[in-house]
Amino acid sequence: MMRMTQINHPAPRLAALLLAGVTAFGADQVLPPIDRLGIGDVPPIPIALSGYTGEVAQVLEFDLEVVGFKVVPESTSGLQYILSGKNDGRVEGTLRDAVSKQSRLHKAYGGTSLRQQAHGLADDVVKEVLGLPGIARTRIAFKRDLGRRSELYISDYDGYGAAAITSDGSVVAAPCWAPGKNLLVYTTYLAGNPDIMSHDLSTGKRAYVARYSGSNISPAVSPDGGRVAMIMSKGGSPDLYVADIDGSNLRQLTKTPEDESSPCWSPDGRTICFSTRIGGRRTLATIPVAGGAVKRLNTSGAVNPSEPAWSPDGKWIAFTSQRRDFEICVVPAAGGTARTVAVGEDPSWSPNSRTLVMVQRDKQANRTLSVLDVLTKQRKTLATGLGSCSQPTWAR
Amino acid sequence: MKRALLNLSVASLVLMLGATGCKRPEKGVTPISGRGAATVDTSTSANPPLGGTPGGEGGLTSEPLGPGGGEQAGLDTFEGYLMDKERFAGQTIYFDFDSSVVKLDQIDKVNAVGDELKLLPAVKLLIDGHCDERGTEEYNRALGDRRALAAREVLVKYGIDKNRIRVRSWGEDMPADLGHDNAAWARNRRDEFILLLPPTN
Repeated sequence: MMRMTQINHPAPRLAALLLAGVTAFGADQVLPPIDRLGIGDVPPIPIALSGYTGEVAQVLEFDLEVVGFKVVPESTSGLQYILSGKNDGRVEGTLRDAVSKQSRLHKAYGGTSLRQQAHGLADDVVKEVLGLPGIARTRIAFKRDLGRRSELYISDYDGYGAAAITSDGSVVAAPCWAPGKNLLVYTTYLAGNPDIMSHDLSTGKRAYVARYSGSNISPAVSPDGGRVAMIMSKGGSPDLYVADIDGSNLRQLTKTPEDESSPCWSPDGRTICFSTRIGGRRTLATIPVAGGAVKRLNTSGAVNPSEPAWSPDGKWIAFTSQRRDFEICVVPAAGGTARTVAVGEDPSWSPNSRTLVMVQRDKQANRTLSVLDVLTKQRKTLATGLGSCSQPTWAR
Repeated sequence: MKRALLNLSVASLVLMLGATGCKRPEKGVTPISGRGAATVDTSTSANPPLGGTPGGEGGLTSEPLGPGGGEQAGLDTFEGYLMDKERFAGQTIYFDFDSSVVKLDQIDKVNAVGDELKLLPAVKLLIDGHCDERGTEEYNRALGDRRALAAREVLVKYGIDKNRIRVRSWGEDMPADLGHDNAAWARNRRDEFILLLPPTN
């Protein structure tokens, strides 16, 4: 575990808040994000780095820019923060307000690699300035495309340290991280049919969740980690089902001639959002988990919406819109006008509901993972070193 | 056309007889995986994991897989069947973009498969549904499902018992053509029919 040493006390909290209030966006951003600010329209927060070199400087820049900071030279006008320190042996950092020179954070890190220490510093800066839990020490899982087969990998959220989870030589798809557990649920063709399997990453134990006749695909684990929503076609058409995570207590939620796909859960576990077709048009829809009517979700402006992802704070649904290219759009969870935030597909939210991990394709259909700050639209590509990768899911 | 179908059926019968008298599967024939005692053995893989998880856990272990919860409808009736992918290679049907409608000019090929199934009551059928890459992955997996189910419906209307047919979707994961243009996509939006021969003991 990382050991953190407090060198001295940061500026008193009240003073920090007052100071934040006179900066352009500090006051709002201490509050939960996105709420009162236009998605994609927020200017980034200029911050200068001083004294960092090599990998640590790269990590800090990546970590800060995917949550809405912009690393700029110290001479830049409008500079809001200066993060200075060193990384010889251990990472140290002092965050100052660029105008008042007031110290906001003063810490040294140790007990792990310089890379992880840099992530720790970035998380502390995010906590101090934005009032948000950081994401720099989170993980993702994703699918690696290997021609006509595929394997699952996990890595740090920035693509570093990727490790194979499967090596079946088969097709795997749609990994979903069970919230709060070191467990993935995914689709595997290992037994010759698309079946849903759970995989405990601590023990390596794998168990089937659903292996009915027809397709068993697109699993989504409930926020409490106890249930799985999934698409199965055993009834003659792809429909939405829910079962306990061991496969028991299976219930069918939709029964339509259309093909439902890509379910996701509201954070309170009461509602599932999914992709379907109503009146011949592709749409997103919601249904109460306890049973009830399917309700169309308004996504005005989006074309052929699919792959919804409900933000962990419950406020937003990100999804893929398919015009000519794939676009990532965001709507309020109750529906509304879709805001396009990026070219890409298959979004998954960070635990702090501010950043998305997604897929981008080039013309040869090679797929690259990237993370995007929804408020500023700043994007960073993940260097996994694994070639074409897709279907990222963020660990929560 | 009729004569071609008849020849195909006769050839199938001959092959069937050959297959039942032979202990080893024909070339190009692979056994279908059982649904009961499947095991996951990552240790013998040619492509071992890169290492433990970033969280620090050790390597993966493996153990026999138990069944999932609930009834597993109708799967065991296909266990041990041998897959013959060549037999109906000429009957692959193609779809329009984002459509699961079996087009009129494709129906003869489906019915040709049906004719064989009528002649050979012991065999079963697997229909693989596929998509081009121009959709989101999980949407395509559901679309491939509907394509396979649509062909099954045609066969059921043609008089084939639904329980002899299993469907499987690969989404966009098994392209016939690895290209990225209109011609490649057209070849990838398809249903493939795979003959399932009964286990030969």
